Amino acid sequence: MSDLSHSSPAAPAARFRSPTDEAPLARWLLIAFVTVALAVLVFAPLIAVFVEALSKGWEAAWKSLISREALPAIKLTLTVAAIAVPLNAAFGIAAAWFITKFDFRGKAFLITLIDLPFSVSPVVAGLCIVLLFGANTAIGSWLVGNGFPIVFALPGIVLATVFVTFPFVARELIPVMIEQGRAEEEAALTLGASGWRTFLTVTLPNIRWALLYGVLLSNARAMGEFGAVAVVSGRRESATTMPLKIEMFYNEYQAAAAFSMAGLLAFLALLTLLLKTWLENRHAGELSANRRGH
Amino acid sequence: MKIEIDEISKAFGATAALTPVSLSIPSGALVALLGPSGSGKTTLLRILGGLEFPTSGRVLFDGQDATGLTVQQRRAGFVFQSYALFRHMTVFENIAYGLRARARAVRPPKAEITRRVTKLLELIQLPDIGARYPSQLSGGQRQRVALARALAIEPRMLLLDEPFGALDAKVRKELRQGLRDIHDETGLTTVFVTHDQEEAMELADLVVVMSGSQNGGRIEQIGRPADIRARPATDFVRNFIAA
Repeated sequence: MSDLSHSSPAAPAARFRSPTDEAPLARWLLIAFVTVALAVLVFAPLIAVFVEALSKGWEAAWKSLISREALPAIKLTLTVAAIAVPLNAAFGIAAAWFITKFDFRGKAFLITLIDLPFSVSPVVAGLCIVLLFGANTAIGSWLVGNGFPIVFALPGIVLATVFVTFPFVARELIPVMIEQGRAEEEAALTLGASGWRTFLTVTLPNIRWALLYGVLLSNARAMGEFGAVAVVSGRRESATTMPLKIEMFYNEYQAAAAFSMAGLLAFLALLTLLLKTWLENRHAGELSANRRGH
Repeated sequence: MKIEIDEISKAFGATAALTPVSLSIPSGALVALLGPSGSGKTTLLRILGGLEFPTSGRVLFDGQDATGLTVQQRRAGFVFQSYALFRHMTVFENIAYGLRARARAVRPPKAEITRRVTKLLELIQLPDIGARYPSQLSGGQRQRVALARALAIEPRMLLLDEPFGALDAKVRKELRQGLRDIHDETGLTTVFVTHDQEEAMELADLVVVMSGSQNGGRIEQIGRPADIRARPATDFVRNFIAA
């Protein structure tokens, strides 16, 4: 409707403006504001990182990334994400399933609990893990004695990352699953499908895009987490992830190395977003079929 | 299949949905559960289908206690109010779902599934829509697909929750006849829920008029449409069918 009034010059635009439309001046001001804000806050820093990372050329950047100092950090970050993200996907699906498909007392409390990592500072989360599993606690010393240290090692970093990224998948899934209701699952059950089959063939396909989105967000955050991991890793060289390494490089005046790695981290995040967009485009037909109605 | 409901009651927490109700449905009947919202008619239908379990009382299928049967064991063809078609599957896949979900030993071979789905599509007079998605169908077509999907499992009974609720008046009339035809053709004991007295009276062999109260839904009268019209048992029935 609004397209019609905009494209035909004969229509007196002011008199037939759609109720949800703004005055042209307001519209342009809003668009300009958003564009400038995006440029200053998002694009400029991103470009700056890449420019700085590549200031000495691709080769130098590449060399600093595969150096003996940098490579373990990259490996560790990817390992942590590879463990933490699937764990959180599973936890998130289970939590969202439980919350949306069943009625029970204390549901609101459980939802609040899932959101807790959003409101607790990551540093506090890291400290909690140290307090619980540190070498000077009962659990911690027993675990260390049995050759399975948690703090200052991979398990602690994974725990901290899982805690920080816990809400992402569940938060994406809960509204989608509430909106979809239980009718399709019930239909599958009446048709003779088992609970597990219903989950695999009805629930999972219906939530796959929300799930993918949650997983990608969770992944981006998992790779980028600093505070919680900083506490848990204790700044040990063997337990240094990419964000920690970036800070170390930067503090040691190795700006080129710091920015190369920052560039890589930003690149990984962009890659995640690209992946999501590509998947969305590839399945556009199916997506719109799902979106258009029920 | 003969369905007997023996002193069934249902409460959700502290809220009573059904006071003890009893009802006997002869094999092959087409029965309407008619009543305003809050009369427990949908709850009763869901109890028959195994989607809810009664707080007390028994359900008998052909004289056998079926109260403890799971929803899968009931083999009830259930048509949901908003049809609940699987939105990510084509119409064909929707109808084939129940057959494909069977255990390997009793699952029909692929060609047989295709044959049966094709036959069902013909039965609902929509032979060419197998490849479409539910979102590409009209309301009336969706309802018929939901019916075909329910029939595909060779159900022991057909249960429909407000099957015509979301449709406009013209389509509603057409589909009423459609349901009648399918019922007569399959001979399945069929129970449908409705709040529309005209629909109940026109379509059903037997009408069960229900009312709601603080103590939960109850049955006001059970009878053939003509008898209910001629001799309403209570004031509630008189007022409700006059509306």
